[in-house]
Amino acid sequence: MAKVPSPQELAKIDLRPPAKGWTEVKPEFRPGNYCNAAGAKWLEMVSYPYPRSWSVADDDWQLPPNWKEIILQQMEDRLSRFRSLKLFFDICVRCGACADKCHFFLGTGDPKNMPVLRAELLRSVYKRYFKPAGKILGELAGARDLNEDVLKEWFYYLHQCTICRRCSLFCPYGIDMAEMTILGRELLSSVGINIEWAMASVASCYTRGSHIGAPPQAYVDMIDFLAEENERITGISTPVTYNRKGAEILFITPSGDYFADPGTYTLMGYLLLFKYLDLDFTMSTYAAEGGNFGWFISHEMGKRLNKKFYEEAKRLGVKWILGGECGHMWRVCNQYMETWNGPADFLEVPKSPITGTVFENARVHKMVHISEFTADLIKHGKLKFDTSRNEHIKLTFHDSCNPARAMGIFEEPRYIIQNILPEGHFFEMPPNTIREKTFCCGSSAALNADEYMETRMKGGFPRATAVRHVHEKYGVNHLGCICALDRATLPTLMQYWVPEVDVTGITEMVGNALVFPDEIERTTDLRDRPLVGFEEAEEEEEAE
Amino acid sequence: MTNFFKMHFFVPLAAVLGLVAIAYFGAQANLTWVFGVAIPYLTILIFFEGLIYRIVYWVRSPVPFRIPTTAAQQRSLPWIEKTVQDKLDNPDNFFQVVGRMALEVLAFRSLFRNTRTEVRKDPDYPEGARLVHWSYKWLWLGAIAFHYAFLLVLLRHLRFFSEPTWAFVHNLEVVDGFVQFYTPVVYLTDIILLTALTYLLARRLFNPAMRYISLAADYFPLFLILGIGITGFILRYFVRTDITAVKQLAIGLVTFHPVMPAGLSPLFFTHLFLVCVLFAYFPFSKLMHMPGVFLSPTRNMANNNRWVHYENPWNYPVKYHTYMDQENEYRDAMYEAGIPLEIPPETAEEKEQ
Repeated sequence: MAKVPSPQELAKIDLRPPAKGWTEVKPEFRPGNYCNAAGAKWLEMVSYPYPRSWSVADDDWQLPPNWKEIILQQMEDRLSRFRSLKLFFDICVRCGACADKCHFFLGTGDPKNMPVLRAELLRSVYKRYFKPAGKILGELAGARDLNEDVLKEWFYYLHQCTICRRCSLFCPYGIDMAEMTILGRELLSSVGINIEWAMASVASCYTRGSHIGAPPQAYVDMIDFLAEENERITGISTPVTYNRKGAEILFITPSGDYFADPGTYTLMGYLLLFKYLDLDFTMSTYAAEGGNFGWFISHEMGKRLNKKFYEEAKRLGVKWILGGECGHMWRVCNQYMETWNGPADFLEVPKSPITGTVFENARVHKMVHISEFTADLIKHGKLKFDTSRNEHIKLTFHDSCNPARAMGIFEEPRYIIQNILPEGHFFEMPPNTIREKTFCCGSSAALNADEYMETRMKGGFPRATAVRHVHEKYGVNHLGCICALDRATLPTLMQYWVPEVDVTGITEMVGNALVFPDEIERTTDLRDRPLVGFEEAEEEEEAE
Repeated sequence: MTNFFKMHFFVPLAAVLGLVAIAYFGAQANLTWVFGVAIPYLTILIFFEGLIYRIVYWVRSPVPFRIPTTAAQQRSLPWIEKTVQDKLDNPDNFFQVVGRMALEVLAFRSLFRNTRTEVRKDPDYPEGARLVHWSYKWLWLGAIAFHYAFLLVLLRHLRFFSEPTWAFVHNLEVVDGFVQFYTPVVYLTDIILLTALTYLLARRLFNPAMRYISLAADYFPLFLILGIGITGFILRYFVRTDITAVKQLAIGLVTFHPVMPAGLSPLFFTHLFLVCVLFAYFPFSKLMHMPGVFLSPTRNMANNNRWVHYENPWNYPVKYHTYMDQENEYRDAMYEAGIPLEIPPETAEEKEQ
């Protein structure tokens, strides 16, 4: 793995474009700035075309001989199926409003990361083959021949987009780079160009259930272990049932929540909350992955993975689905799931068994966000918190891109935060970097590969520097989020740019503050860190 | 200066100058019927046909998913109030969508949100730099000034097409000419239009990132509209034009009894020709953002997927991994882990035998 340059090095960003015109500049692949090519076996597992062993650094990508025809034919197909693509190709005026909105542009200074130009990489080919002006005038009309260099450029820049939609917010016509990135990646996939991290995750999710490829028994082990951790720390047993037919609620959360710190603490929080409520829920070894890695590579693969949610809910005969904290999962669930795999008429309109609240806003798609669920509980006074257990936390909240810009879940998590933290422990980042204007973690959309660290750290710089701001100003030491990918990527980002700040899920803090009638005396939080007032006890223990 | 910029800047400039020359000298060469009648009619044909063709081309493709970009709080629990702004920035029903679109089209809502971001050196930060963001309304102001001024100028031209001049056109002229400091009365919209155009051109030239991304297709309409604005400006304020003659021509055109009055200057035909070129060019260019914005799926859809079903017309069944696929592969291990099964291991073995 290539060594990542120091933060001081990476922060030397020059946003001025080079002298040479963009059509003459080719990307230079070097370790740290590209994701590895996907291995053949993953493609075979999900029947993707042209599996082969190849490397991005090679000159020869071993494309099928008729690759150009395939791409153009696929592009024609996408144009006929997605009005968005036609429109977004035709109506951009290159006003530049999106230019300095992209975290990858702000972090790399590479002009082709201005969404307008990244889109132009695709658009130029569209013009050349689908528009009369481009066919006749060629370069003058901004049209380009499709050749291997262009294809490699697509690969390079379509993997410097995390489908975060910040550009689409500012575009006067709502042109959405995210849409073009997914469709562009579909084109690449059609000639067997995929990245390892995405395809391995997709194939593992598809065949085994989660992106880490854990088989059912390992999934159970991991979650049982976290339940035991709860018991060790709080004295409360939080058992989980798996694949239990007749449960009221199917709980689905991304694998990041049971697989790695600090997501695991969030899962412990969920389990404590459910135990507190005596919730009749079950988790599934089949619908074991909330995150939809398929959607990062194609609409169809997204649908194939998402299919498991409703299938499993139907098989188990649950009443409704509760979804954990996750970003892309919620974009997929909010904007695609019911269209792809609905109608879910075998489920009931979600109703909180504790408060009786009917979630009218999920009337048809039958799935509730854990933040909506928890906020409702708090509002009805159903949860007792000891906020002093979160006193060691000074929090800022990172709105994850997709729940923000493809759903609009802003107030629910903030309401929870205000109830579980002592007063004066929550600080917002600057207004231009939160809520709908939030900055991406820089590693989402299947880009959190280790070999991609340098680009990831660059892409995450806008988020990190906003965190740095509140850290310096208010002493913020925790970055909260409702996204498992964030919990997987932000710790690395913080470690690199603002090492004083830890990353936490919101439900972790909920679990930590919940007061059970029969709990043991708590001296630590769910991470075994001493609570405020118990630091000395901890030290003494260590001394012994 | 690169070749890329040279090509994309100078070719459209030369093209517009060429168009000016064609019309100017063509009108002097007794081609007034061509420039005054034939080309305007042809233009109208191209404009409407092209416009309809492109819109039909778009609409032939469906919108498979409901993908609004949400810019404010969703509809969720009843006590989480949606403010008026929330409703307009994250609409969840038809009327709110109409509101959002109205704001977008009439007030350029998204552009109003614009920010600027800069990298600043900061010795207090360990990494030595930070990003600074601030609200940036200049592009919004330039764009909205240009569009409204252009619209008003266009509407004022209706005086040539109506006999007697419609009252609202006359009122427009009175309001527009409110500030009287010169004869003939100077219309504010003329000044605003030319100033805004100059700003829009200048930012493409002097902002390095803008210069980098700008194509011929961006400069050409700017030069063209500038050409229209400048010739129009000269015709109104410096070269006295026979307005009665212009009106005769215009009325002749719209009543399909074209006449060619004498006394129209070559400059007038140049102005008219550039307008024709703009209309004929419109359906094939980025100017189609005007009808396009109404169709934009990230703006014109309600964020109500969770309670109103949305149908994808080409939704097709996909191959997926079933639960039984999982159980068949891991039955024994699942059994050992105490996970409930559809078919217990013994039964499964019997079946195999």
